[in-house]
Amino acid sequence: MKNKLTTAREAVGKVKDGDSIMIGGFLTGGHPENLVSALVNTNTAGNLTIISNDTGTQELSVYQLVKSGRVKHIFASYIGSNPETGRLLMTGEAKVQLFPQGTLAEKIRAGGAGLGGILTPVGIGTVVEEGKKKIKINDREYLLELPLKANVAFIKAHKADETGNLIMNGSSRNFNIVMATAADYVVAEVEEYVKAGEIDPNHVNVPGIFVDAIVKVG
Amino acid sequence: MNNREFIAKRIAKELKDGDVVNLGIGMPTMVANYIPKDIQIMLQAENGILGVGPKPALEEERPDCIDAGGNYVTAVKGACFFDSSFSFCIIRGGHVDITVLGALEVDEEGNVANWMIPGKKVPGMGGAMDLVVGAKKVILAMEHVSKNGSPKILKKCRLPLTAVNVAKTIVTDMAVIDVVPDKGLVLKEIAPGLSVEEVQRATEAHLMISPDLKFIEV
Repeated sequence: MKNKLTTAREAVGKVKDGDSIMIGGFLTGGHPENLVSALVNTNTAGNLTIISNDTGTQELSVYQLVKSGRVKHIFASYIGSNPETGRLLMTGEAKVQLFPQGTLAEKIRAGGAGLGGILTPVGIGTVVEEGKKKIKINDREYLLELPLKANVAFIKAHKADETGNLIMNGSSRNFNIVMATAADYVVAEVEEYVKAGEIDPNHVNVPGIFVDAIVKVG
Repeated sequence: MNNREFIAKRIAKELKDGDVVNLGIGMPTMVANYIPKDIQIMLQAENGILGVGPKPALEEERPDCIDAGGNYVTAVKGACFFDSSFSFCIIRGGHVDITVLGALEVDEEGNVANWMIPGKKVPGMGGAMDLVVGAKKVILAMEHVSKNGSPKILKKCRLPLTAVNVAKTIVTDMAVIDVVPDKGLVLKEIAPGLSVEEVQRATEAHLMISPDLKFIEV
């Protein structure tokens, strides 16, 4: 069995100029803080694309990342908690694209699930529909939203076993589960690491095959 | 009782036993303080909880149990957790009975604007667009006029829309108004001490008067 256990520094070392990075979490909940902190402090790749529900809060390292000038494109649904993302949007220093939260989640799911896109009624009649194809089905209009994938995903879980099976706690599941399916290199930051067989298969939130690297913290 | 408490308390009377309810950030969250004792509802938080409970004691705060505003919460007996994709399956799929949200503007067609002020504030829509499109009933909790006294209940929204034809009931410090599709706004209740003329003067949209017009009771 391949040993997936690694360090934050080594894991973030895989990030290259121009990469797209999914970052799990909802505000401070289920956010892979140690991985993002390592990306800020030990990696200099620029021209990055960030896909995150909210780009975190001012206390998190993702705030520093967005502030560093290394990010040129952001996909998010809510950025009120990170004033720096708002500033980039206003000044145009980075391209910031906002999507309804359910649409963002489903675009990522489509990316991981091999779908060509999803049809959602959300955003019809608003600026969200600009530039997107509209399709009418049974007299109701839907927007075609295209799949999202990334080079790298940083996600947070409570526990991993050697095979990469993950367990997440409480409200920390959020975007971490879909993001695990939609990136080429998926790194999970975990609080506990156990041998294969020590996680009840009934309780696995993310099958280990989606996880390339595990970083144990704390 | 201030205006916000008055509005929240009146909205709480709209809830029925067994309802699945999503409360937006700010004034809508206060509705939870006034849920009638004789009913049980399930509060949904879009970051992945069905069965949000009260704020925990300081020593029981857990980073894995937060609401969509990032506040520590508890989970009630019978609660469950899920990821963002599943959460918006609940929301977009029509499994939420009532959503209560704030609004910057609402109009005669039930169009709602509550997510951005161009050039000033672009916090993003978060889950608001999915909620107003997907929930069975959309209740707006809002002050009747803006801070400078101008109407927020308009003939036609001027700010970028959150969605079209979605508002069902508008509850303000001055009135309870129903949106009737293809008809317009029906004034159902007015705050004690106010006249219909006073409410209409504070409202840009035309108000039809319900034959059962009464004073708001909280």
